[in-house]
Amino acid sequence: MSSVADAHGRDADRHHPDLVHHFESLPAQKEAATFGMWVFLVTEVMFFGGLFLAYTIYRNLYFHAFVQSSRHLNLTLGAVNTAVLICSSLTMAMGVHSSALGRRRATVAWLLLTVALGSVFLGIKAVEYKDKFDHHLVPGERFQAEELHLEGEESRPAQIFYALYFAMTGLHATHMVIGIPIILFIAWMAHRGRFSPEYHTPVELTGLYWHFVDIIWIFLFPLLYLIGRHH
Amino acid sequence: MSEHIVSPGVYVAVFVALMVLTAGTVFAATVDLGMWNTPVALLIAVTKAALVVLFFMHVKYSSRLVALAVGGGILWLLTLIAGVAADYLTRNWVGTPGT
Amino acid sequence: MTTQIGPGESGPPRPPVPPAPAEAPPPRVNYLNVAYGVKSWLLTTDHKRIALLYLAGVTLMFFLGGAFAVLIRLELVTPAGDLVQSETYNKLFTMHGIIMVFFFLIPSIPAVLGNFLIPLMIGARDLAFPRLNLASWYIYMIGAAFTIFVLVSGGVDTGWTFYTPYSTTYSNTHVVAAGLGVFITGFSSILTGLNFIVTIHRMRAPGLTWFRLPLFVWAHYATSLIMVLGTPVIAITLLTVVLERTLHLGIYDPRLGGDPVLFQHLFWFYSHPAVYIMILPAMGVVSEVVACFSRKRIFGYEVVAMSSLAIAVIGFLVWGHHMFISGQSTYAGLVFSFLSFLVAIPSAIKVFNWTSTLYKGSVSYDTPMLYAIGFVGLFTIGGLTGLFLAALGLDVHVTDTYFVVAHFHYIMVGGAIMGYLGGIHFWWPKITGRLYPEMWARVAAVIVFAGFNLTFFPQFILGYLGMPRRYHAYPEEFQVLNVMSSAGASILGLGYLLPMIYLVWSMRYGPRASANPWQAKGLEWQTASPPITENFERQPVVSEEAYAYAPEEEARVV
Repeated sequence: MSSVADAHGRDADRHHPDLVHHFESLPAQKEAATFGMWVFLVTEVMFFGGLFLAYTIYRNLYFHAFVQSSRHLNLTLGAVNTAVLICSSLTMAMGVHSSALGRRRATVAWLLLTVALGSVFLGIKAVEYKDKFDHHLVPGERFQAEELHLEGEESRPAQIFYALYFAMTGLHATHMVIGIPIILFIAWMAHRGRFSPEYHTPVELTGLYWHFVDIIWIFLFPLLYLIGRHH
Repeated sequence: MSEHIVSPGVYVAVFVALMVLTAGTVFAATVDLGMWNTPVALLIAVTKAALVVLFFMHVKYSSRLVALAVGGGILWLLTLIAGVAADYLTRNWVGTPGT
Repeated sequence: MTTQIGPGESGPPRPPVPPAPAEAPPPRVNYLNVAYGVKSWLLTTDHKRIALLYLAGVTLMFFLGGAFAVLIRLELVTPAGDLVQSETYNKLFTMHGIIMVFFFLIPSIPAVLGNFLIPLMIGARDLAFPRLNLASWYIYMIGAAFTIFVLVSGGVDTGWTFYTPYSTTYSNTHVVAAGLGVFITGFSSILTGLNFIVTIHRMRAPGLTWFRLPLFVWAHYATSLIMVLGTPVIAITLLTVVLERTLHLGIYDPRLGGDPVLFQHLFWFYSHPAVYIMILPAMGVVSEVVACFSRKRIFGYEVVAMSSLAIAVIGFLVWGHHMFISGQSTYAGLVFSFLSFLVAIPSAIKVFNWTSTLYKGSVSYDTPMLYAIGFVGLFTIGGLTGLFLAALGLDVHVTDTYFVVAHFHYIMVGGAIMGYLGGIHFWWPKITGRLYPEMWARVAAVIVFAGFNLTFFPQFILGYLGMPRRYHAYPEEFQVLNVMSSAGASILGLGYLLPMIYLVWSMRYGPRASANPWQAKGLEWQTASPPITENFERQPVVSEEAYAYAPEEEARVV
């Protein structure tokens, strides 16, 4: 059945090992993968979007409680973490750049540096979380609003602020916890020489994901840490 | 599509801009700008995000299709927020049925 | 140049007489017999096999959800709540809703027919991401497993809408597991939509421009946009409900100043467009079927294609019409009411254009066409009563009554399921390589149509008279209409069982189908039935418009 064998498309012109059978060419395959990643990131925007919406509504309804709650967040740690994450975005961009040039060792080094910076971010985040637990600022029955200088009716929405704080930063941190092993895996593949200037799509897609996580934090930082700091 | 290699110089320049804007947003938050504190903070955040999207994520060098996906995502998020805000902002204009 | 063909020789030839056994074709390699064994199915990345895996999954869930409908209708035969207790009844309609909406209607046409047909229709070898496609089926099955766990461990009673604060604070049933089940299956929907969007953008055959695409593909493109843009919002919504129950997050808790109406906004931002996830693919099926059995290009093809996109986009702007009495602002209600009327425009465009396609076509009434015509009628009733409900003032009167129940069942059952069954019949020869028994299929189609109307039309009247939904007991004067509805449901159930039986029968005993038994246009009919794993022997090249049905084509023997 020669015609069936034909349809397998395994003829001589199309033998690049990274080209899967249903694509015409490597660039077409890469275009599709990149576009698919972007569509995925759009779904992520909408996923976080629900929380950003809740934040917008409650911040307008309970502005004072949000200001008082926000001031209890550690501005220094938040700012340092923002810088750390921006650094990790730079190292990730350099990692993708190195892989596009086929520089194997540089790729691995930049990716590992990205993982290190991501871990620093998560470490600082853990310190901040612990502080909130110590001060009973975790939503629930034992929530205490005294330290926020809120009383009576006004103290209740502070729980909503902290609920959103934990939900938004927690979801963001979850994305980083998922991202770090992926980067490690990609670094291992790079170390094994799986990528080339013609084929390094996995590195690029991982980069897109990591930059997206960075963008979420770029919005979380001013929204959560910088409300009413000037009073 | 031939691939566009961005020079590391561009990345470093974007990185410096992001760091400066981060310092700027922290500084702006400590100054009393009246009603403008929040818009300034948001404007800086949007600028930073745009820099990351355009340069680190290569949208400046990508196909129009990718740009369309990015724009569509932003538009839909704004639709969600605008529709719900339309309810909350007008809720006290007149009494709602049943209250 | 259109020549009217006389009624005698009109339409596609009847399914050809099966070839005599003596000249049966030699076994040919196709996607079904290329490999055997459980592993070859569970690890397949062939979109056609994954479609069949989905077919098995959604069929199972359909009959599960149907079992709950049977119990509901049995309870409602008598005015007294005497068959089950009210708590049990709450669980019955909740499980019916969750299973039918999230595990049958939403995946049914896209994940089964879309999965099978989109690569074939656009001349591609597979979807853009075959492994992701398989992963989405597993994710669906995990979500279904959660739901079945809920079912056997005592159920959930919040209604499929999971409204807060009941779901977050008061319900003592398995809200967390049910919410997670829907959360998980949502990702299967997202990945399917993502795969379709990339595939339709990037994998079309040479010459297949956007305005040569079959309308089925256009409809699935619009559907995929909704899946991708809407589903993440229901995911985060249900996640916050789960977190609120487990960790006392408090976002929707009125005691803290949280607003349950915010939950409704988030819920309906997805769940209203989700209705279009159900109906748009069915509209795609109807477009294919109407063109084929009228032997005509769809009237106003471009407008019908664009109306799919318009429905997807406008459908995102109307969610507030589910919340007219929720405490939402009256002004927002006005805007949402007005925008809801706008959806009627692209919907009506479709109905008028299908009807215009029939005009002077050579129409034949094979089973798929019966379902398609049934769809047009029932969808029109469902759509027009939707306009009643979009009208702010009237909606206050009929909110949460059986009028609403009847309305959305006309769209979902009369629309989506009729489209699904029509599509299954139309492409059954392509999927299985066998013809189904036409006579039985027509009988079943008529039974479904009659049973459906007997079930749900009385509910319009019940609702208008004031019978609220979700109660297991009701005043005696409503009994006659309820008995009619329950009687209709049993007829409808028979109508659904029949295809189940004869389709399974035909897989073994049905006559073999030729590559193109309906003489239909479209690339999927240009390859063998069933297709080979790679879909086409050679890369097809498209040089004509969609639905180029013309008299001279009729004469050519394929």
